[in-house]
Formats: sequence, C-alpha cells, structure tokens
Amino acid sequence: MTTTDRSTNYRIIGTRPVRPDGVEKVTGKAQYGADIRLPGLLHGRVLRSPHAHARIVAIDTSEAEKMPGVLAVVTHRDFPAARDVVQEIGESSVNALELSDNVLASRKALYRGHAVAAVAATSVHLAEEALTKIRVEYQVLPPVLDVRDAMREDAPLLSETRFTKELGGARSEKPSNIASHLRFQGGNPDAALEEADVVIEREYRTKMVHQGYIEPHNSTATWNADGTITIWTSTQGAFSVRAQVAEILRHPISSIRVIPMEIGGGFGGKLPIYLDPVAALLSKKSGRPVKVLMNRTDVFEGSGPTSGTWVKVKLGLKDGKISGVKAELAYEAGAYPGSPVGAGSMTMLAPYVIDNFQIDGYDVVLNKPKVAAYRAPGSPAAAFAFEQALDEAARAIGADPLQFRLDNSAREGSRMVTGAPLAKVGHEECVQAILDSPHYKSPIEGPYRGRGVASGYWFNGGMQSSVVAAVNPDGTVNLIEGSTDIGGTRASLAMQLAETLGIRYEDIHATVVDTDSVGHNDVTGGSRTTFASGMAVYQAGMDIRQQMCERAAREWNVPVDKVEYEDGRITWTDGEGTFKETSFAEQARTAAQKGGPIVGKASLSARGVGGAYSTHVVDVEVDPDTGKVTILRYTAAQDVGTAIHPSYVEGQIQGAVAQGVGWALNEEYYFDDEGRMLNSSFLDYRMPTSLDLPMIDTILVEVPNPGHPYGVRGVGEVPIVPPLAAVANAIADATGRRFTELPISPRRVVEELHGLA
Amino acid sequence: MARRTHVTTSINGLPTEFLCEPRQSVLEVLRDELGLTGAKEGCNNGNCGACAVILNGRVVNSCCVLGVELEGAELTTIEGIADGEKLHPLQQAFLEEAALQCGICTPGFIVSAKALLDSDPHPDEHKVRFWLAGNLCRCTGYDKIVRAVLKAADAAETPVP
Amino acid sequence: MEAFEYLAPSSLAEAFTALGNGKRSMMLAGGTDVIVQLRENRRHCDQLIDLKHIPELMSVDIRSDGGLDIGAAVPLADLYNNREIARRWPGLVDSASIIGGTAIQSRASFGGNLCNASPAADSSPSLMVHDARLVVASASGTREVPVEAFFAGPGRSVLQPGEILLRISIPPQPARSAVFYHRFIPRNEMDIAVASAGVRLALDESGERIASARVALGAVGPTPMMVAAAAEAVTGQAPTSETFAKAGEAAAAAAQPITDMRGSMAQRKHLASVLTVRAFERALQRIREAR
Repeated sequence: MTTTDRSTNYRIIGTRPVRPDGVEKVTGKAQYGADIRLPGLLHGRVLRSPHAHARIVAIDTSEAEKMPGVLAVVTHRDFPAARDVVQEIGESSVNALELSDNVLASRKALYRGHAVAAVAATSVHLAEEALTKIRVEYQVLPPVLDVRDAMREDAPLLSETRFTKELGGARSEKPSNIASHLRFQGGNPDAALEEADVVIEREYRTKMVHQGYIEPHNSTATWNADGTITIWTSTQGAFSVRAQVAEILRHPISSIRVIPMEIGGGFGGKLPIYLDPVAALLSKKSGRPVKVLMNRTDVFEGSGPTSGTWVKVKLGLKDGKISGVKAELAYEAGAYPGSPVGAGSMTMLAPYVIDNFQIDGYDVVLNKPKVAAYRAPGSPAAAFAFEQALDEAARAIGADPLQFRLDNSAREGSRMVTGAPLAKVGHEECVQAILDSPHYKSPIEGPYRGRGVASGYWFNGGMQSSVVAAVNPDGTVNLIEGSTDIGGTRASLAMQLAETLGIRYEDIHATVVDTDSVGHNDVTGGSRTTFASGMAVYQAGMDIRQQMCERAAREWNVPVDKVEYEDGRITWTDGEGTFKETSFAEQARTAAQKGGPIVGKASLSARGVGGAYSTHVVDVEVDPDTGKVTILRYTAAQDVGTAIHPSYVEGQIQGAVAQGVGWALNEEYYFDDEGRMLNSSFLDYRMPTSLDLPMIDTILVEVPNPGHPYGVRGVGEVPIVPPLAAVANAIADATGRRFTELPISPRRVVEELHGLA
Repeated sequence: MARRTHVTTSINGLPTEFLCEPRQSVLEVLRDELGLTGAKEGCNNGNCGACAVILNGRVVNSCCVLGVELEGAELTTIEGIADGEKLHPLQQAFLEEAALQCGICTPGFIVSAKALLDSDPHPDEHKVRFWLAGNLCRCTGYDKIVRAVLKAADAAETPVP
Repeated sequence: MEAFEYLAPSSLAEAFTALGNGKRSMMLAGGTDVIVQLRENRRHCDQLIDLKHIPELMSVDIRSDGGLDIGAAVPLADLYNNREIARRWPGLVDSASIIGGTAIQSRASFGGNLCNASPAADSSPSLMVHDARLVVASASGTREVPVEAFFAGPGRSVLQPGEILLRISIPPQPARSAVFYHRFIPRNEMDIAVASAGVRLALDESGERIASARVALGAVGPTPMMVAAAAEAVTGQAPTSETFAKAGEAAAAAAQPITDMRGSMAQRKHLASVLTVRAFERALQRIREAR
C-alpha cells in the first residue's frame, strides 16, 4: 500500500464548504449549555464575596434552607477534603486544593466575586432571593491589587504559607505573594548591552482583561441514585471537566459522564471549571437535576480573565542587529498561582535571533480572580512590551520597522530562549508578505495618522486525541470525535477525513460526543484541534483505507502492499495488463458480506507541533482633541501551515485582531481601592462593536508544518499576539508620543496630549 | 412564587398562550416556559443583543421586555425566520460567508439584520455596522458578518423569476 | 429581582387610581432602564405601571404654532423614523438615534430617559437647549417644568409621588436657529457619555451675528446643566471659531465633573470645551445648510 497524501493537490482541503453545525446555528436550534431542559430541573445560583480579601468567619444557610421551593444549599463544607495534587488541563495546570477552594471558598475570600455558597430552587428568581438569606460573616482584610505592590515585602499576604519557588527549586525564607521566579538566559547580555550602539529601556503595563465570550458559564448536573453523575456543560474540554470534577468530588472517573453542549466562545476561559461540581453537589442534595448559570457580572468577577502585567525591557542594538536583551516580567496570577508568565517569557523573543539574553519572570498572586488562559496566554503582553521597544530601536537607527524585523528574524534552526531549535517556521515569510502587501505599500498621510507593525509567536499544542470513523453501507462516514468545536472544527476535521478517504465532504457526518462515547481527548486549546485531532482523523482514515485494501487483496488473492488507494479508488495491477479495481463506495456497500463493519480508529498523543508566527500592520487616526483612536486599516499576515478551511482560518485571525484592538484601546478591569470591579457589564467593559472596526484583511501564508500529514499548524491563538503592540506603534507614529500602558484609551491619550494628568 | 398572569399573543405567526410572573422577561418566557431557546442570554441587561427578537415589527432585546407586555403582540424569534425548510437569505449568507464561529450571537445578529433589511433593503456597510452595533460578537471581528448581511441584501435585490 | 405586580392602565384616570393605592409604584415605558434596575435590585417596587396603553403618552403632535409635543413614552425610533421630525428637529434626532443601539431605540423613550435622571442622559442637553417644557400630570391637574429644572441629582427628578411625566413640549424655535447635540464616548456606539454638549445657535437677520444661544452640558456634574456664561460669551458676536472658543472656555469653567470609570475630571473639563466648540460649529453648519 502506498500513500500519495503529501501532494498539495488537495481535492477538499482549501475549499470553503458549509460547516456541519451551520444550519442548526443559524436557525436557533443548536443546543448550548443553558438550553438544556430536563424533567424536574432546578435552578442554581451562586453567592459571591462582596470583599476582595476577607476571612470567612461563619456561613449561616439556615434561613435560605427554610424557604419553600429551595431544595438545596451547599458551601465548601460539602466538598470532600481536596488533595494537594496538580492536574494538567491543557495550556495550564491546576492544583486540586486551589481549584476546590476557588470553586467554593473555604477559609478566605480571595477576590470580589469569589464563590462562597450556592442554592438550588424551583425558579431562578427564588434561587436569587435565597442567596440574600444566606448570612456570611466576613472579617475584611486589606486587599492587594497591583502586581508591583503585591511583590513588596510588606504587602498583605494572600496566604501565610505560600513561599516563593526560587530559581533552581529553592524556597524563599519568608512567605510571599510571589509564587515563583523563573529565568531564561543565554550568552552574555550585560556585555552585549554595554557594547551596544543603541539601548532602549522602558517599562510597560497592561491591565487585567477578559476573554469576553458571549455565552456565560453554565452547568447542569444530575447525581443519580447509583452514584453516577451526568453533567451537561459549556467547556473547551469535556474530559478535562470530568477529571477535575472527579478530583474535587473524589469520585471515580468512569462514573462521571460529561456531555459537551455547544459552546458560546471560550478563548481559554472555559478550560477551568467553576460550576460543574457545584451543580453536582446541589443535585446530590436535592435529588433533582440542577442547572447553574452565571450572569454577566458573575462571569467578569468570578471566572478567569488574563493577567495584568508589568514588563521591563532593556534592548541593545549593534550594527543593526539585536545584540542583547534583559527583561523582567511580573504577571498577575489572581488569587492562586498560575499566571502565564512562563509562556510570556518564552515567546517574547521568539520571532528573532538573539544570542545574549536574560529574562526573569515572576508569578504573583493578588486579590483578583484567578486567571485562566486567554488566547496565546502570556504572549500578547510580552509582545506589547518587546515589539514597542523594537520599534523604538528601529527608529533610532532609521530602519524600516519591517526590514529591521526581517534582518533579525528567526528561521528554521534558530534557538528559542529555552534552547530548543525551531522547526520549519514562517516568520520571514509573514514579514515579507506584509512588506509586499498593498496596505504597506500605500502611503499613510495626514495629520495624526500613523502606521504600526508588530510580530508575534505562539507555540501551539499537541496533546491527546481519539477519534472513530464508522463507514456506513451507503458510503457515508460517521466521524465521532471528542474535541469541543468552538469555531468550525467539525468542518475542518471532516474535510481532512474526506481528503484522506477520497470521498465527498458532504458524506462525512461529524459529531462531538460525550466522555462515555469516545476515547480521551484533551481540551480544545493550544490551537490544537485541527492539528492534533486532524492527525487522528487522518490516521483513522488511513486505518479504513488499510482495512479496505486488505479486503480487496484477500478477494483478489494478491499481496496487500501492491494494492493502491487513491481518490476513493482501490486498484491492483500486475504491471502486465491485469488490472483490478474496487472503490470505497463498493467496500462500504458490501462490508457486511466481506468481514463486517469497517471502523477506523486512532488515538494519539500528537507530536510534530508547528509553531506559528504572525505579522500585522495597522493604520490609525488619533483625534487630538478627544484622544480617540480610529482604526483605519488593518492587515494581518500569518503562517497558517495549510489552511484547511480558509474562511475559518481568516475568521480566527479577524476575531483575534478584534480582541487585540479592544485590549489595546479600551478593555480593562477597572477596580476601586477595595478591589471592586466597577465595570462588570458589557456596557462599561468596552469590547469593540461592529462600528469600531474596519474590515480586517488577512494574508494566509502557507508554510506547511512538516510534522503534520496535511501541513496543519494551529492558527487560533497567535493572531492576538501582535495587535497590542502594532496599535501602540501606530499611535506613536501618529502622535509622536509613546504609550507604554494599556489601554491606550481616549482618556490616557487626551491627558497625555494636553498635559492633563 | 408570585401570581402568574395569563398572556395571549402571537409568536412566529402562531397564536400562543402562556402563564408568567410579571417579573419574567420575554427572554425567560421564551426559553423557560415555551422551549424556544434560540434567543440567548449574553448579558441580561440590553448590551449584547444575543436575545434580539422582533416585537410588533421592531427589533428589541427580549431581556428588556416583560412577558406580560406581550399581550396582544406579534413576536418573531430566530425560530420563525426561516420559511419552513427554506432558509432566509440572511441565514444562507451567514452559512456561505462563514459568518459564525461559536454561533451564540448568531440568532441575535440574524434577527437584528432581518429587521434592518425589512426597513432598508439596501444598506451600505456603514449602515449595517451602525445598526448591528448593539449586537456583540467576540469570535469573528464582524468582518464576515457584515459581508453576509451585505450579500443577503444583494441577493434580495435580484427579482424572483 | 423581587416580585411585583404589573398594571397596564388604558387611561390617565386609571393610572392615577393605581398610583393612589398606597403601594410602591414605578412606571414602565420602554423598560430598558427600569427592568434592568429591578433585575439588579438597584430599585424596588410593588407594582409596575405600564404607561404605553395610555394614548396621551404615546402620541406625537406637530403643532400648528411650530412646536412639537412628544408623549413621554413614545419610542425613540418613532421620532427619527418620522420624516418631518427628522427634517425639522435634527437636534432631537441627534440624541434619539444614539441612546443605546437599535434594539434599545425600539422601546426607549425621551420620557423614560429623562425620568431615569442620569447626569449623562443623551436626551437632556438636547431638550434643554430646545427650551423644552415637561408637562407633569397628577390626579389634581398638570404643571409645567422646564427641562433644566427637572433634575434633582443623579437618578433623582422633581417628580413627586403620584405624578406622571405626560409629555415633552417643544416651543417654536427661533428663526435662523439650529440645534446640535453630541457626546464623547470611547466606542462609536453602545456607550454612556463621558461628556456631552448641546447647543442652540440663532443668528440675527444679517446672518453675521449671533442673536442668541443656549448651551447645555451632560455628564460633567450631578445633573445636566445649562451654561449661561457660554451663551453670553457668544451672543452678539460673529459666529467664528474665536467666538466659539470663548464658549468652550466658559463651558469648561462651568463643568464640575468627577473622576470615575468612564472618565477623569480633567478629561471631562477638557471635553466640555471641545464638544461645545464643535457643537457650535455643527449648529452653524446646519443653519447654513438650511438656507
């Protein structure tokens, strides 16, 4: 048997078919988590701490429990004792002890919005009334809300028993809010900076921001009399929910079935769990299924945004090359350790060849929500700092900012700060694509108009996937998979299977199933699904081809390695004019008579992950009187490996750019001095509307990933890395002022331009 | 539980009766009482548009209308946009233009856009963006949504043979 | 959200009877503020009185004297979709078309926006510079309140228990005049004003001098405010950018803003000036275009 799949003459890949779940979604029939209806369903709501930092002295739930229609109340006391173990949940890991404490606080409320109790009642309104009857006695403590403040020795401590994990595994002498300190170094940065022609040194800050998915978190659970638990939920990973719930409730994994509903956005924020164990416990206590929903304020205050950051960069140039970098990054982890400072540190320099560097990262806890992953977690804030410093350096030597990036670009074989060499990557191609773009070649003219560019990198993930492809007698195939489809992966996986089998896309029926119905699948995160589950789909397709070739070989009584499979045709020839042929369709139709059902299977831990680069250019106009920034034009070039479904690849880029522009210009958690978020609504947490953005042009640069049969790279995350810096660089170009703090809101701009601050 | 009120109304062209508490919004009534879960709760305070419905010919956020206000009203929800099996041009355009990713905002966008095309069959890009500014999407950056609406408007322009 | 009763009186008399029954009442027009406030337990009531079935509150009357009466519960979309209103009172459309998004404007009303009494309400400065009067009804009769005297503080108006805002009455506007209202928001839609300014500019017969002006600001104090000094600064002057700049300075001086999540004190004072100047320029443009 021979394969010819590495040809780039694809039949299906690169086309733009309608997605399998499309009609249900445009007609309102698709079932999201909150849409589930069950007999006897109760409604659950969660009580949250009004204080950012407080000891929980006592919780009295008796009045709530007495209310007619209230069937269950739970607090942390209802959880079994959690274990001090770490679980990997894809793009992040979680300590079970801290997870349990975050789901329902035990001794302390560590941020405003921290869940402390929950109720289940016969109506939503009754459940909300019951929350007001729960009496919580707090001893309010001073909160710490800024990452630099939290690092001070005299800062209020979130935990008296947390010490800093220092370099080399040492432990700090005193307790600290700095959970860990990490360092990457190479060459001799001090000497390089000493000898540099140009040195740029600046500090940068970004605020805590939210992923902003439109669907609030939800979970519905039923705890059956036999001890089995069924959970319907909105998650990026049903298996990860199952594992986390099993750990928190100390319940056997096989007794928990997680049914992933359609998901209304995640961007990393639906990797951790919040409501699932609560819904399960409420169901256990009430004996009824319970649906627990967050409202929008709950989502802002009680889920996992991404870190506010402080980054210091010192950058040296010698003969037009980046000769040395020293950087410090301090990232807010929120209430428990686990900021993405490691990823920020590792990605910051990745687009470039830099021999001399030292990067110090600090993971810092403070009285804000525990951060979760957000699209290329850690990388955008690092790029916001470094790509601005780079811009200043390029200006200092009079270089074109793109040519400067090209001259310093990393390529295959370049080493990351970890020492790992890069495989075939496409940063140079992205920079060149922008250099060649009509956008970059067009003039940017007029007062207070400016242009900015930036590059970014993201690793992408591999991880585990399992799929089953069952061939039907009519020549169609049921593709059974377990990866959450958050943006069109049922389409991109079905396309890869159709390509592999040489059949029509329309003949593949792709379904995301529950945890009882397919082998383990890691989360949809790390831009991994089209890559890793795609690899599994390819292998399952090859499994089907192999089985069909074997059946044909047996029937023809010829050696199987001489049977060929191409475009759905199965052939054998002796090279002397004897020719035999069957087809996928015929094998499918006759499977029952020729050995039984044909089912392709694959389960794997994907290797060969291809890192992704992206380079963006943006034009802005600044109103000098109001400080308002208008995005005039935006073009993003990205190495996408192979674009399986180009429309959804473009969509990932356009969506990430929109998020990045929002992050750059207006989005921020706005806290008062007591740690209350004052803008926990879509009115005052200002995500871009359709009127705030132009069309977003994309250039899909295809540098196939050699580690994937179809050259797939993850595409979803890296496009959020450049926009923050690209917009800041454009504003600097337009105004002559360098803004080093996000958001570059009208307030910040007008105060700066008019000296009002 | 507070006393429930009997409401007689028309939803997607069908006479409909239901009981609801005065404090229940149209969104709650649709989703919890009538099983019409196409309208979504994104914010529950009128700032995201995911729950958009057409009330007496005008697009409204169903989270900001009480169920009891539906007495005698005519309501169209996302479930009533297609003509049986035949998709509305907007729905078709959203599919063809890949104008949805997670899809949670999609019903609201299609309902709002339908109200737009009903009132102005040939909007330009700015008009589309202005009209849809009350509908938040976090996945698409709006590019493909705006294109889909413009495409549906163009499609509607072609006279039916 | 606490439980409440819902009443939908079909006449003012019925409404006043309901208002007199001793229960805590709130009025429902478009509901885009009230329903949210009740849901978030920011306000409480025993009964919610839906005013949309009372004909007087739902009517629009373009009067023969050149004035305009707007029922307090008339949806904003009814105003800007009315071609004659849009042509003759563009300054009203300036505010009606930016309060919330399309779906909000289908329901929200000027009356509701006024009674919500937000210092940042978009209807207020525009109506104030139109010199609008508010007709307030109670069981014992009606009274008129100038818009600028309607607000008592953030979220508070001079409406007394038992009173209903009936209509907004806009008098005939001066000859050779135009109104322009705008606000500053960080996004381009779906935002609350960081600061806002409405201006009415009237030229004399020669068209060379400013006969009169009215200037109102929003979101720069506990209530929307008239700025007489800004009007005085331009009256009798030529309508030039120098003149308008003086009005801008007066506006900034009069503004008494706070710093909050939507903007800083300094930013708002600055914007009061910028927005006032630009509003004058746009109003002048409207006058010239009308000629």
